[in-house]
Amino acid sequence: MWTYLARRLLQSLVVVIGVTLISFVALQIGGDPTYLFVSERATAQEIEVVRHALGFDRPLHVQYLSFVGGLAHGDFGQSLSYRQPALGLVLGAFPATIELAVFAFVIAIALAIPLGVVAALKRGTAVDGAITILGLLGQSMPNFWLGIMLILFFGLSLRWFPISGHVPFLTPLLSGDLVTALTNLPRTLYHLAMPGLAVATYSLARNTRLVRSSMLEVLGQDYVRTARAKGLAERTVVVHHALRNAWMPVVTMIGLEFGFLLGGVVVTETVFSYPGIGRLLFNAINQRDIPLVQCGVILLAANFILLNTLVDLVYARLDPRVQLAGGR
Amino acid sequence: MAGPRHRSRAWRSLVAAKWPLLAVGILAVVTVVAAFGPWLAPVDPGRQSIASRLAAPLTADPRGMTHWLGSDVLGRDVLSRLLYGARISLLVGLAAITVGGAIGILAGLVAGYFGGWVDDVMMRLADMQLAFPFILLAIMFLVVLGPGVGNLILVLGIGQWVTYARIVRAETLSLREKEFVEAARALGDSTTAILFRTILPNIVAPLTVMASFNVASVILTEAALSFLGLGVPASVPTWGSMLAESRDTLLANKWWLAVFPGLAIMLTVLSFNIMGDWLRDLLDPRLRERQ
Repeated sequence: MWTYLARRLLQSLVVVIGVTLISFVALQIGGDPTYLFVSERATAQEIEVVRHALGFDRPLHVQYLSFVGGLAHGDFGQSLSYRQPALGLVLGAFPATIELAVFAFVIAIALAIPLGVVAALKRGTAVDGAITILGLLGQSMPNFWLGIMLILFFGLSLRWFPISGHVPFLTPLLSGDLVTALTNLPRTLYHLAMPGLAVATYSLARNTRLVRSSMLEVLGQDYVRTARAKGLAERTVVVHHALRNAWMPVVTMIGLEFGFLLGGVVVTETVFSYPGIGRLLFNAINQRDIPLVQCGVILLAANFILLNTLVDLVYARLDPRVQLAGGR
Repeated sequence: MAGPRHRSRAWRSLVAAKWPLLAVGILAVVTVVAAFGPWLAPVDPGRQSIASRLAAPLTADPRGMTHWLGSDVLGRDVLSRLLYGARISLLVGLAAITVGGAIGILAGLVAGYFGGWVDDVMMRLADMQLAFPFILLAIMFLVVLGPGVGNLILVLGIGQWVTYARIVRAETLSLREKEFVEAARALGDSTTAILFRTILPNIVAPLTVMASFNVASVILTEAALSFLGLGVPASVPTWGSMLAESRDTLLANKWWLAVFPGLAIMLTVLSFNIMGDWLRDLLDPRLRERQ
């Protein structure tokens, strides 16, 4: 177990180093990065001053080591548009993004299981057909477009849900103000409804199809036939025998799922003017604010890697086969 | 390999299944539109007209021209832009999987056939790329490289190589031990010939399935990047950039600016997904038995 833990943590560290290397290379790939930090009308002398000030006149390996050294000390550079440390800006927007991603995550998992099970149990019927078609549609529409459609229909025409805005839950909770957090919660969820659904739809559709096909496979297994032959109630067979095994493929994907949702959040937030990392990144892209883009991307990626590692470690705790593999 | 018998089975299966046939029909229309868009478009997609700005669908502007799908905030015809946009979406999708496929197939063949440290390095690189959401990687490179069709194809292509490399590596690992590969080796075929003439043709089936799903996912990513302003330059109409422009008129409820480009993306992606499902069922006998 400890060998596995050490090896998994080492792998994650290598990937994090890879992410920093990729971000560094991305900055260099377009030529001299100094031009990204100066105005188009800057004179040669001004460019030289900026190049020296930012250290772009040093050898590449020195620049990389200094870049990584800065990151290790929490120095992601100054945002060019906000004139503030990039890290503070990204961390400030993080709770709102986490709220949206968690909300979407819950929808994507909680609805997928009953829908997939029903489709499998009603295989070949109209219900199965409808769920399958909805699943295909869900996997084929851009999440930000679904967001726009939800705004047009449920926001502007029916006026059921707010089309923008955010009521914080995590920020007061993290600062210890439980009363405000709980008071805000209903309004937080109300504001999350449409962006959450837009972000979740792709994953929900994919998970539903996954549960359906996995359930179909499990329902044909001998142990399910045995359970039925023993005279167990259909509900017991489905819930205790089939579903427990059928939802394993979904569980295996949970770590990746959350990271995938974080990626989707980036675009959807801009549609709903939702004050998370996505909108911050969008503004930074439009302003060509490179340090802010780098900081947002590295932190999102690090978050994703951390979650994956945690999920793997939890599996190692739960699944005896992983422990055996680690013990070898 | 696809012989006449296989082709005839594929055709019968396509005609028998309604959804894949519909998907092929939609893709044929999109391909024709992409190829002949400039001739099919009622007007130049860049032509602006203040007099006909934000005209609703099926309305005629003061000059008597009917905007079947409406016009945008600059008075440009939505239908014409949609027809032009098909070209970029399809071009980017197909070119990106060609780039990604070429890199991935080569990497997978080499890693699977030679094994050892080459395999280790390739697979660790692949793990690294899979370890964080691709759209973040694309954002980072495109912010620096700037928007453009070439840059978009390159970045999206590089994003896809891992998918192909992993499939090709896994298949090559098992194929390299087969008798027919041993026979080719014994006959003195060069390594290049064994990789590309003996092994590769036997991996075409899973690659075709993967490519179909992959075009769908690349078109979605291209739309998302164009929506963020990182796709092609603003002067070139694409479905994603049309959606980005629709955001500015969203509050005024100019629904046609968002609905039509989104529907175009959805129908195209849906068709590729249905095609992928059908090809997988057709080409993978294990799955066919399970149906």
